[in-house]
Amino acid sequence: MSEVIVVTSGKGGVGKTTTSANIGTGLAMLGKRTVMIDTDIGLRNLDVVMGLENRIVYNLVDVVEGNCRMKQALIRDKRYPNLYLLPSAQTRDKTSVNPGQMIKLIEELQNDFDYILLDCPAGIEQGFKNAVAGADRALVVTTPEVSAIRDADRIIGLLEQYDLSSLHLIVNRVRQDMVRRGDMMSVDDVMDILAAPLIGVIPDDEAIVISTNQGEPLAGTNTPSGQAYLDICRRLLGEDVPLSLPNVSYGLLSRLAGLLRRA
Amino acid sequence: MDRRILISRRRSGEIARRRLKILLTTDKTGVPPETLEMLKRDLCSVVSRYMDIEPSRIEICVRPVPHEPDDAAALPSLCTVIPIKGTIVKGTF
Repeated sequence: MSEVIVVTSGKGGVGKTTTSANIGTGLAMLGKRTVMIDTDIGLRNLDVVMGLENRIVYNLVDVVEGNCRMKQALIRDKRYPNLYLLPSAQTRDKTSVNPGQMIKLIEELQNDFDYILLDCPAGIEQGFKNAVAGADRALVVTTPEVSAIRDADRIIGLLEQYDLSSLHLIVNRVRQDMVRRGDMMSVDDVMDILAAPLIGVIPDDEAIVISTNQGEPLAGTNTPSGQAYLDICRRLLGEDVPLSLPNVSYGLLSRLAGLLRRA
Repeated sequence: MDRRILISRRRSGEIARRRLKILLTTDKTGVPPETLEMLKRDLCSVVSRYMDIEPSRIEICVRPVPHEPDDAAALPSLCTVIPIKGTIVKGTF
């Protein structure tokens, strides 16, 4: 039996898809058979972040409607043979699938995978309900901003009515330099306001933009965010990994150093 | 440059935290802004029977107020600020 994890946030643009891609990659790196499901029907993105957009033949709606078998729709990752993606449909909308069908779809994958990762769409409507229906646990992604935290609070409230075994927070795009000078809420502030346990902190890191440009997730690479994602994966597996808040520098000198490294 | 802008800029994280606490309490207590507006109008008419107040500057909101010193049980409370123009109590002087 696999563990089904939904990655959600309420607000759009806080990093759900990037988080899904990197946690999926990280779990596969750690040797777990993992499948990522893009449940954002109509706005397909996880394939692009994974760099697998050219390999799509069938999608989630095709599987649900019986146009193809599950095996035909699953795309194997180019780096990790134990990592798969079930892409979403681009030309359909959220009403093409209902929560019952999602639960059935997940059941079909239960025996072949250790982890099933659901990338939830933004919002609290049908798409959210579809994604959450079959989940065992939830990862709520937020950033240290008023609007993102307000939506995360709403999502946490809505998740209470589902039968989840656990719910954890991921605070994304943290800039320790801004926290230090008092211009950004700290991770403690966010946890205090949302009253939910934390599973990881991702620093605001240029490497994420570069990785998304290239379609190569950076979990496990020698970057502050790459390490932070791998730490989250280890915690998901039950390891006790101490929390570290990496110091990413945004100054001129460090940028020069970055340029030199790349040259 | 306005000094107030500089000061508030330095503490914007704290401002965000305070705004959020108020926002979430309002979200959770389910007191919609329209209700607060109505309450404000009623309060205004009641209070102005006794005092000379500034109706345009009345502030009203629901936010957590710690009633115990340890802050653990901050209850959502109705907070109002009603600026008084004069301290003349009508009808008594």
